[in-house]
Amino acid sequence: MSDYLKDPQIHREIIMDHYQHPRNHHLSDDKTYHKAHMASESCIDDLTVMMKIDKGLISDVCFDGVGCTISTASTSILTDLIKGKTLEEAKSIINSYYAMIDLKELNEDLLQEAVAFQNVGKQANRIKCATIGFKAIEQMIKEEETHD
Amino acid sequence: MLNVKEIRKDFPMCVKQDAGNGKVYLDNAATTFKPYSVIEAVTRYYTDESVNIHRGDYDLSYQVSDEYEQTRKTVARFLNCEEREVIFTSGASASLNLFAYGWAQKFLKKGDVILSSEAEHASNILPLMKAAELTGATIEYIPLTEEGELTIEAFKGAMHDKVKLVSIAHISNVLGFVHPIKELTKITHEYGAIISVDGAQSVPHIKTDVKDWDIDFLSFSAHKMLGPTGVGVLFGKYALLDQMDAFMLGGGNNARFDICGNIQLKNPPFKFEAGTPAIEAVLGLKAAILYLEKVGMDEIEAYEHELKTYAVSQLKDLKNVILYNPHAGTGIITFNVEGIFAQDTAIYLNSKGLMVRAGNHCAKILVEVIKTSETVRASVSFYNTKEEVDRLVDALRTITLEQCIDLSIM
Repeated sequence: MSDYLKDPQIHREIIMDHYQHPRNHHLSDDKTYHKAHMASESCIDDLTVMMKIDKGLISDVCFDGVGCTISTASTSILTDLIKGKTLEEAKSIINSYYAMIDLKELNEDLLQEAVAFQNVGKQANRIKCATIGFKAIEQMIKEEETHD
Repeated sequence: MLNVKEIRKDFPMCVKQDAGNGKVYLDNAATTFKPYSVIEAVTRYYTDESVNIHRGDYDLSYQVSDEYEQTRKTVARFLNCEEREVIFTSGASASLNLFAYGWAQKFLKKGDVILSSEAEHASNILPLMKAAELTGATIEYIPLTEEGELTIEAFKGAMHDKVKLVSIAHISNVLGFVHPIKELTKITHEYGAIISVDGAQSVPHIKTDVKDWDIDFLSFSAHKMLGPTGVGVLFGKYALLDQMDAFMLGGGNNARFDICGNIQLKNPPFKFEAGTPAIEAVLGLKAAILYLEKVGMDEIEAYEHELKTYAVSQLKDLKNVILYNPHAGTGIITFNVEGIFAQDTAIYLNSKGLMVRAGNHCAKILVEVIKTSETVRASVSFYNTKEEVDRLVDALRTITLEQCIDLSIM
């Protein structure tokens, strides 16, 4: 973990970058993709996340929709993090992210740029925004596992 | 000209702000502050006369029943209708649902058309969608202008013989346009249809005259017009109310019933008021109307529009602010900040003590008209000041995406 990821200024820049230039920001027409539509009841985020799983490996992941800075940037970072990972690896990234949001522990090696959200948990009203994409991936992994 | 400084002394929430709590309330389209007179009317019920109504066997119940009915008389005067045309409900949503259930579901049939607009609040359009589903009627939408306004010309173009019901908001809760209700009603009646008006945003802010406008139904809430939550009104022309079904049956709405299932309901408005109502809220509504009448509805409308015009004149100089309804004639200002999501703007404004609303404001199909799904809405009341508008303008002048993000991640 490099020191630069500890700087709040860097956290802000990471989020700005992912909000203004979200990665994997499109949807797929491929019917073999898993799809999760996340429309939170309490806020106005409305995101669709899609994921292709090949033999336990996440070969592609993408998203689109309407979202605030926090939900858009966190989902964008997440897609970067889990692309090419196994389902088990993705699950440990997601669990590690939740632990960070709960202000419990910070696994910088697993979370990479997602450490930018290490203090979001202090703002209870933004936790939903910061986890919306993670819930979507979690839901699709569960779907894949029960299907198998 | 209103003496806003004096008016603010009547509202405990404003008194706290003026004592320096740093807050500015600009979400009056959601609900309004209450003056002391309303709060006193509510607490007086609980401290001095806490018994049920319509149990005339003892003096206190007779007295409270009388005060309850005095509110109906006050509402009738305020709307310019008959007392028996005033039904107390739990709010505008309940009024609109009662109408949709009791009239639309009962009288619409397959092939009939409900004419409405894309700017409608969910509480108006969803009960009508259900009525359409159950009756086989269809809903058609009057095309709005680019700014989201409903014009007479567009209405005339959308009207036809199959339309049996026109249902629209007098003032849109997102864009604040005042629709020409009197003219719309005249045209509606020429086609033999009836009109139901969602008055949730209009009754609190402009003078209402149901007789002059000749409208058939009107729904509104007390809490958006200085009154308590939990009470609203459905006005209906008596002949229509007489034919309409009650949404709820039970205590207080029947005259007699027997073991064979024969039920004889009371006459309107009582046939629609089963169960013990929010008595204290109804008493509070009377105090709210008396307060509004004291200030004067024409004065309220003029001042709120002046405040909005002032806000628009300041905001249009800010290059980062997109205004959606600069020409709307009421106190609703709908905007976005370039490059910042509406919710992030609202959270930033909150950090400056400014209370506004972000979202689609329960009008989810308006997206197609104004080409944006989420907006920030600042809505003024007559107790707001130009200084408060300045606070909003100043905050928007200096807002940056970086500051918005910092608020969430620090």
